[in-house]
Amino acid sequence: MSSILVQVIVGGLLLGAVYALFSSGLTLIWGMMNIVNFAHGDFVMLGMYVAFVVWTLLGAGPFLGAPVAALVLATLGIIVYFGLIRSVMKGPMLAQILGTFGLALLLRYSVFWGFGANFMTLPENLVGGTFDVLGIRIQASRLLAGVVALLVTLGLHLLLTRTSLGSKMLAVAEDSTAAQLMGIRPDTMQAIAWAIAAGATGIAGALIATFFYIAPTVGETLAIVAFVTVSLGGFGSVPGALVAGLLIGVIESVSAYWIGAVYKDIVVYSLFLCFLWFRPQGLMGKS
Amino acid sequence: MRRLIWPSVALALVIAYPLLFSTPFQQRLGALILLYAIAASAWNIVGGYAGQVSVGHVVFFGCGAYASMAAYSHFALPPLVGIPAGIIVSVLIAAVIGVPTLRLSGHYFSMATIAVAELVRLIVTNTEFLGAAVGLSGPTVPRTMLDLSFTSALPYYYLFLSVLLITLGITWWMANSRMGFYLRAIRDSERAARSLGAPASRTKLYAFMLSAGLTSVAGALYAMMFGFVDPESGLGILISVKMLIMAALGGAGLLFGPLVGAAILVPLEEISNNLLGGKGAGLTFVVYGAIIVLIARFQPGGILTLIKRLWARGGKTPEPTVAAGATHAP
Repeated sequence: MSSILVQVIVGGLLLGAVYALFSSGLTLIWGMMNIVNFAHGDFVMLGMYVAFVVWTLLGAGPFLGAPVAALVLATLGIIVYFGLIRSVMKGPMLAQILGTFGLALLLRYSVFWGFGANFMTLPENLVGGTFDVLGIRIQASRLLAGVVALLVTLGLHLLLTRTSLGSKMLAVAEDSTAAQLMGIRPDTMQAIAWAIAAGATGIAGALIATFFYIAPTVGETLAIVAFVTVSLGGFGSVPGALVAGLLIGVIESVSAYWIGAVYKDIVVYSLFLCFLWFRPQGLMGKS
Repeated sequence: MRRLIWPSVALALVIAYPLLFSTPFQQRLGALILLYAIAASAWNIVGGYAGQVSVGHVVFFGCGAYASMAAYSHFALPPLVGIPAGIIVSVLIAAVIGVPTLRLSGHYFSMATIAVAELVRLIVTNTEFLGAAVGLSGPTVPRTMLDLSFTSALPYYYLFLSVLLITLGITWWMANSRMGFYLRAIRDSERAARSLGAPASRTKLYAFMLSAGLTSVAGALYAMMFGFVDPESGLGILISVKMLIMAALGGAGLLFGPLVGAAILVPLEEISNNLLGGKGAGLTFVVYGAIIVLIARFQPGGILTLIKRLWARGGKTPEPTVAAGATHAP
């Protein structure tokens, strides 16, 4: 393998870790309450803008941007849960889909209205420099984003599987009435799930903002990336989302390298449709 | 006979509208309302009656728009000739993508249709024959009447009105046929409908194909009125969203729901664009988004359902009205 291809694959893995992070939020919500958040990509977009504002106002990098974005988005998640999702969940299918779709438009165009449609970027030197490891060149910003995203995703997985909070959330996902009889409040658990999922998108947004373009419409693309990742990893599975996210990152980078950047989205979207059509249980699920 | 009085009055008012409100802006507004009402009514067959929330209908809209413009730019034919071609292509696409996609339910179906729409947009953007990112144009100067290129919006108004009446006629006929009953049964519970012997897959597919064909006519009319189509105006996801929200605001699964929705949202968009200029585009969609969230949260049945309920409460029997699609999906 040529060293350029290795470099492309490593870059894809690092980007894929960020994909995995925000996709695990989508999969968590799907697993707990069978709702697809169509505004998920716009949550990530919002995280990018929070990071941008933190940088312009305070001149602080991702070390401050990520926690602030996580906090802002987690708060938004809780507001969205109590203001919209809780009642929409009991409504017809049309209301569930419309609700988060409307939210997506609302967020996307509020940002468009406030910041304009122009593409923005954080300054190159915010997380500057490149490393040379064994002849492979890696941007520091991508390395930082990839490693942090990987750690947060693993942390999320541990939170869901190894803590009592995680067990309670799992109980609500399994059977919310039975959980209620055991003294667990489904409402609280679901609100926490929305806070965690939205917080994850906030961190992912702040990380990705260090090397990605920032624009109001970026959420549309990222939402589809999250859909692909979740469908590939199996709806509801965080480890599945992690593996699938890394895979999508690599597939995207390699196809951009081999057949051109224009076609990388075509490859990923086609893959998504093939999975939905022929293997909706994901790569690792049982039929 | 008495029950025909109000519909006749309404129809007479609709026919007289461009004569009563005769400034170019008002006539154009009227024509646009009817145009979007056609597209939203076509969406309503699948999204409202059958309860399959498609976010990819722009594909069929784009088929019609591109077919009519391609007829002109590649073969120097009147754009009108492209309409049958657009219908055939859309119905074929609907059949091909419908078979695997309609097996998916609820959120999965919506996600798949988004992906199809984005995929088609990306492919068209990279296809030279369809004008790539620039798009295709229609005749700049009308050669004959058949080019259907007018400077005034008045002819478009009556053209769109007749197409809308045909669309609503087909929808009404479908809703009252066996197919309509099957579709509503499927919307309320597909499993129950299947177990009672309704051919769910076939019926959904037919509805999807019918809806696709009608949507492509709306796309062709749109391209003829504006004289061009590009990937954003013909295949952008926002067009799907507009169909969806107009139908939902008026009342999804109700015959006149999409028309009511269009009559509210199109003036909102045109007026805010006029007042605020380019900057208004963002604000318009902020309002759109807020309206969708509010409908989903408080009135998923749409305005017509709300009016019906208030009407029933004001009358002597407070009968409980069932909102369109208000029953739970399993």
